[in-house]
Amino acid sequence: MLLIRNLQASIQDEKQKTKTILHGVNLEIKKGEVHAIMGPNGSGKSTLANVLAGRDDYNITSGEVTLNGNDLLSLAPEERAAEGLFLAFQYPTEIPGVNNMYFLRTALNSLRKHKNLPPLDAADFLTLIKTKVKEVGLNEALLHRALNEGFSGGEKKRNEVLQMLMLEPSFIILDETDSGLDIDALHMVGRSVNRLRNEERGFLVITHYQRLLDYIEPDVIHVMAHGKILKSGDKSLGLELESKGYSWIESEAQ
Amino acid sequence: MTNKLIQSAVNKQYQYGFITSIESDTFAPGLSEETVRLISAKKNEPPFMLEWRLKAYHHWCTLSPPKWAHLHYDEIDYQSIIYYSAPKSTQDGPKSLDEVDPKLLETYKKLGIPLHEQERLAGVAVDAVFDSISVATTFKAKLEEAGVIFCPLSEAVQKYPALVEQYLGTVVPYRDNFFAALNSAVFSDGSFVYIPKGVRCPMELSTYFRINAAKTGQFERTLIVADEGSYVSYLEGCTAPMRDENQLHAAVVELVALDHAQIKYSTVQNWYPGDENGKGGILNFVTKRGACRGAHSKISWTQIETGSAITWKYPSVILQGDHSVGEFYSVALTNHYQQADTGTKMIHIGKNTRSTIIAKGISAGHGQNTYRGLVRMLPTAQNARNYTQCDSLLLSATCGAHTFPYIEVKNKSAQVEHEASTSKIGEDQLFYCRQRGLSTEDSISMIVNGFCKQVFKELPMEFAVEAQKLLEVSLEGSVG
Repeated sequence: MLLIRNLQASIQDEKQKTKTILHGVNLEIKKGEVHAIMGPNGSGKSTLANVLAGRDDYNITSGEVTLNGNDLLSLAPEERAAEGLFLAFQYPTEIPGVNNMYFLRTALNSLRKHKNLPPLDAADFLTLIKTKVKEVGLNEALLHRALNEGFSGGEKKRNEVLQMLMLEPSFIILDETDSGLDIDALHMVGRSVNRLRNEERGFLVITHYQRLLDYIEPDVIHVMAHGKILKSGDKSLGLELESKGYSWIESEAQ
Repeated sequence: MTNKLIQSAVNKQYQYGFITSIESDTFAPGLSEETVRLISAKKNEPPFMLEWRLKAYHHWCTLSPPKWAHLHYDEIDYQSIIYYSAPKSTQDGPKSLDEVDPKLLETYKKLGIPLHEQERLAGVAVDAVFDSISVATTFKAKLEEAGVIFCPLSEAVQKYPALVEQYLGTVVPYRDNFFAALNSAVFSDGSFVYIPKGVRCPMELSTYFRINAAKTGQFERTLIVADEGSYVSYLEGCTAPMRDENQLHAAVVELVALDHAQIKYSTVQNWYPGDENGKGGILNFVTKRGACRGAHSKISWTQIETGSAITWKYPSVILQGDHSVGEFYSVALTNHYQQADTGTKMIHIGKNTRSTIIAKGISAGHGQNTYRGLVRMLPTAQNARNYTQCDSLLLSATCGAHTFPYIEVKNKSAQVEHEASTSKIGEDQLFYCRQRGLSTEDSISMIVNGFCKQVFKELPMEFAVEAQKLLEVSLEGSVG
């Protein structure tokens, strides 16, 4: 489903200096698989997520990425979304004055249009969102507020998961969705991912901690540092990391 | 990269740029005492009007144009402007819609103004001002039943001279400023509204202004008087053809609210803004002011300013009556080389007077957007309160936003609050929307509309939708 070959990306800092962040990432995620990427701060995990979603702050200096055989890097962010790619943001942005539910309905209908489906009418949409909002444990009143404006950290993350459940994307990236969440919320994220998990859908779960992986059992765990994947393994790798720390991988790789 | 995307998302054509070929009765360009006398004679005005016009003219001759605004434009040659142009066929004044030139009606149809039966559906009574004179006022009968007077100002001068003489120039005197003096001397028409005591006007009243003839200035004047305990909601819209040269528009609007009366005045201003290189466009110098004369009266201004090459206007409220309320809600958008210097004045005189100012400025392209506001609490304004919020949104690296708030407080019990913010359209916001599948264009429109929401919700329902669309059109291809 997702194939990343030797992906290198850099960013220009305020002084117009070029700084390479991804130093050749290789990754293959097959349909139905859940991959987790762990790694210390600054290892390039979030950059990878943003590059995949098409954020234009980054320069792709080499490598290729395909999603279901399509060249992902040549597509605009909205086209990637139409291809089924979804990014649950680490820091969901606030958009003042834009009604949360209106936004989600517009997004859903934009995606439906790409699939040549008729827009979902207001009544059907409402029925759907009312069940989903309960699943993610979000206060229904927040649907009528401006998108993420004044939401707590946890509420923002729940709202991201709500969007994920509503839009039913085929390839999902969770960028540190677990950070700042309490145990109940963590449990909800796990439940929501497991609900969507099927043989057609792929996941890339980015996290610092083993904790989330107690709820979402990954097929493969990768450890990333210095803009590269240094080690891959099954779920036992997560437990090993938890006990030995990241320095263990870094020293082993050298 | 984002800039390029925004840029390509933001270029739509001005769709009201057509010219209607109609025979008109037009004066030679130039302004003199003779011009003023001719206009007054054309209108068959009573002596008090001519005298007032002449006083205004002579005062204007002593003035020079204001230079304090944050606006740059070539000096206006007032002798090259035509001060009176009227569609010929209506010279004697239309007695009914049947007498109105069908070409004119066609023009209004293109503008989306329903002049015939459609209007009844819309429930809007329209006084349409084409170049210099009022062409048709609809819904007269229904309004007359309620005792509401809604007619061209020129007609009011004939039919209700006492009312006109009592109120005209009492809120904006001809000595007020350069453009108000000019308007007082040469105004050719406009609307007059009188709502009698205790009457709630049964429908939205509306005026549509259009400049059609070339090299013609438009100087309309609107006077609205809401008698005790009455209510009226009034909307004006404006368009003009696309022409290479600048055209002058210098209007005056005066509102008077007596005890417990309420006036809600909404403007959707979409004069031709000039082309993407800043050529042509309307020079819009407007003096709008309301007087809350009575206790517990309320005047509310809402404006959506997306057109004109130059906008200079400060719809204000004089809060004279105790417990009176003044409001100003504004969205001003400048794209390409448009410049706007707009805001309000809230003059608190009475006790417990309150005012609210919400101003949203959006700048794109090379647009320059200035908020200029004055909040003045006089010594008599016991317990008066003001809340001001002005926010600017920048959509390009080449545009500008400026804020000049003036606050004068002469009463210790008065409270004034001011909040201001400036933000660039967020790359984060844009990326977020697009990641969820929205096109760049839809994303920008959603973010900008969200930014304006506080103001849009003050507009009458049917115009809120129009305003949103207008904003989308004005932004297309604008940002970079």
